[in-house]
Amino acid sequence: MDLLLNFLPAIIIIVVMFGITMIAALYSTYGERKVAAYLQDRHGPNRAGPGGLLQPLADGVKMFLKEEIIPVASNKFLFILGPSIAMTCALMTGVVLPWGDKFTLFGRTFNLQATDLNIGVLYVFAVVSVSVYGIMIGGWASNNKWSLMGAIRASSQIISYELSMGLSIIALLMVTGTLSFREIVLQQHGGILHWNFIAQPLGFLIFLICAFAECNRAPFDLAECETELVGGYHTEYSSMKLGFFLFAEYINMFISSAVMSALFFGGFNFPGMDFLAEKGLDANWITLIGTAGYFLKIIFFIFFFMWVRWTIPRFRYDQLMNLGWKSLIPIALLNLAITAAVMVIRHSNNFGF
Amino acid sequence: MQIGQIILVPGNNSILLCDFHHSITKLYLPSMNNTQLDFIPIIIQFFLAAGFVGGTMFITHFLGPKLKTRKKLRAFESGIESIGNARQPFAIKYFLTAILFVLFDVEVIFLYPYAVNFLDLGINGLITMFLFIALLLGGFIYVIKSGALDWE
Amino acid sequence: MLQSLFYFLSFTSIFLACMVVFAKNPVHSVLYLILTFFTIAGHYLILNAQFLALVHVVVYAGAIMVLFLFVIMLLNLNAETEPRQSMLMKFAGTIAGGCLMLVLIAVFSKANALPAAHEVNSQIGLIKNLGKILYTDYIMPFEVASILFLIAMIGAVILAKREPKAAI
Repeated sequence: MDLLLNFLPAIIIIVVMFGITMIAALYSTYGERKVAAYLQDRHGPNRAGPGGLLQPLADGVKMFLKEEIIPVASNKFLFILGPSIAMTCALMTGVVLPWGDKFTLFGRTFNLQATDLNIGVLYVFAVVSVSVYGIMIGGWASNNKWSLMGAIRASSQIISYELSMGLSIIALLMVTGTLSFREIVLQQHGGILHWNFIAQPLGFLIFLICAFAECNRAPFDLAECETELVGGYHTEYSSMKLGFFLFAEYINMFISSAVMSALFFGGFNFPGMDFLAEKGLDANWITLIGTAGYFLKIIFFIFFFMWVRWTIPRFRYDQLMNLGWKSLIPIALLNLAITAAVMVIRHSNNFGF
Repeated sequence: MQIGQIILVPGNNSILLCDFHHSITKLYLPSMNNTQLDFIPIIIQFFLAAGFVGGTMFITHFLGPKLKTRKKLRAFESGIESIGNARQPFAIKYFLTAILFVLFDVEVIFLYPYAVNFLDLGINGLITMFLFIALLLGGFIYVIKSGALDWE
Repeated sequence: MLQSLFYFLSFTSIFLACMVVFAKNPVHSVLYLILTFFTIAGHYLILNAQFLALVHVVVYAGAIMVLFLFVIMLLNLNAETEPRQSMLMKFAGTIAGGCLMLVLIAVFSKANALPAAHEVNSQIGLIKNLGKILYTDYIMPFEVASILFLIAMIGAVILAKREPKAAI
């Protein structure tokens, strides 16, 4: 019972964030259609509810009520397992992200974070590296040539970009010296100039590009490009299984925006934080404003994902692999070298100069 | 509290310990996140996520129309009669990418414990890592030069 | 609680490892192996080797098994083309496996008892401490490992270039 009470805040945060993640993913689909519409000078969904606001719910209900088709040639168990893995992995990452600072309620102070692992960043990597199975297994189990090709392309792409992503994080770690999300965010306290994208502009750019590739988003959405591969790895899927694949993509977008905001854009820090504290504003309110600021940053990044998707044409597969292996990895290594050099100069007494 | 009882205080990472003189000592855990308890929320999250996914899969199985015809359940190949199935070998290139990924991934993993200790390890660590990166770079240049990663 | 967790994890990992061998479908075998790696990561967590636990997931479950899955998919898995193992091969496999087991039993029965838990620094598995030890006391094995990676890279490229070009 005591143990349960200890984890009560964590459980509440997990459940609330689960709901918020779902809603964010649902409304990202709406946002995507609206953004696409405005970029192409049309209205987008506007029939269901005011301004089309109920459109995502209608889409969700439609997904639920569609016919479930499992091809005879497919491997039935693996066919169901594929989207399940994709969705579960997408939902697993949020648990280590710092959604806010300390919050006091009923005399108890806790962090607005389910758990603060001292290797939180590595945990995100572990989940990302496992989530590739959803696509691989789903595509292979369909027993369809389009799906197989889409799956192989997607998995090669994801594993290739994982490397540069890791290298860009290493440079950030050299600056921060910790893998805990909370500590990284707290270090960025004190104004925009302390945010990590100032110290690591190149690292941030690499991370951003890799995040696009990891989420299979345009211009890296070769795995599902309809002009070449019909639907890619989800050609054979219907009903909620297709829904899970699409949903996982939007959740991944949300989560990677959250990771980027936390690592490079100060997380729940916002300009004027200390000023408000000096004015005597309650710490709870500052925490809530910080959380709202964090979500604003996330929404900006999600918008950026969509903006890029409807602006930039898709890469060719050889261009994609060349970018991953021959450009990003050398640039990431260069970034590592620059970071090391700057750190050695700034902390020269640690290195005996 | 009873003798020998230990209570974990949530929030500020300390434990209350009752010793043999019935006096209560407060101990702060050595470093913030050193207990395995931090992983319990992850397990909770997993059960929530897996339960949601499994439950939805189960429910949608019973919803929706069910009209199975032989043609509908065949593999979709843009309306053309499919020849054979998709259980066929694909280009070795993808396979090579995966091998190289495994190797580089392990090298990147080795950099993590170094990067967090970058300042503490000083000049010796820097020399060690320089050698390591030089070897990595040598291998990488060889791979690029050999044309193993050329896609046409 | 940790002890019961240990027994649970041990039982599941042995069970899943057996399923790797007994599964008919090679893809199922790979999936069982991935699950086995997860239970082993759980063992690391019980020992408070958090870094090792996550690295185990990243490298084994996330990288090496992707490679395995690629290889399995690369194989022609149609039932009619599946190569039939001859009786001789099965026999040789059993003998080789039995020999390995004999060696392992011999080694473990001679092994000294591990030091009791309280003598070991329980924080050693955390990334910061692990890094300090790895890059001060164990520099030599670390550098040798990097040479091994170089050799593996060259070997992989040479082996792959010998293969004839395939379709897709």
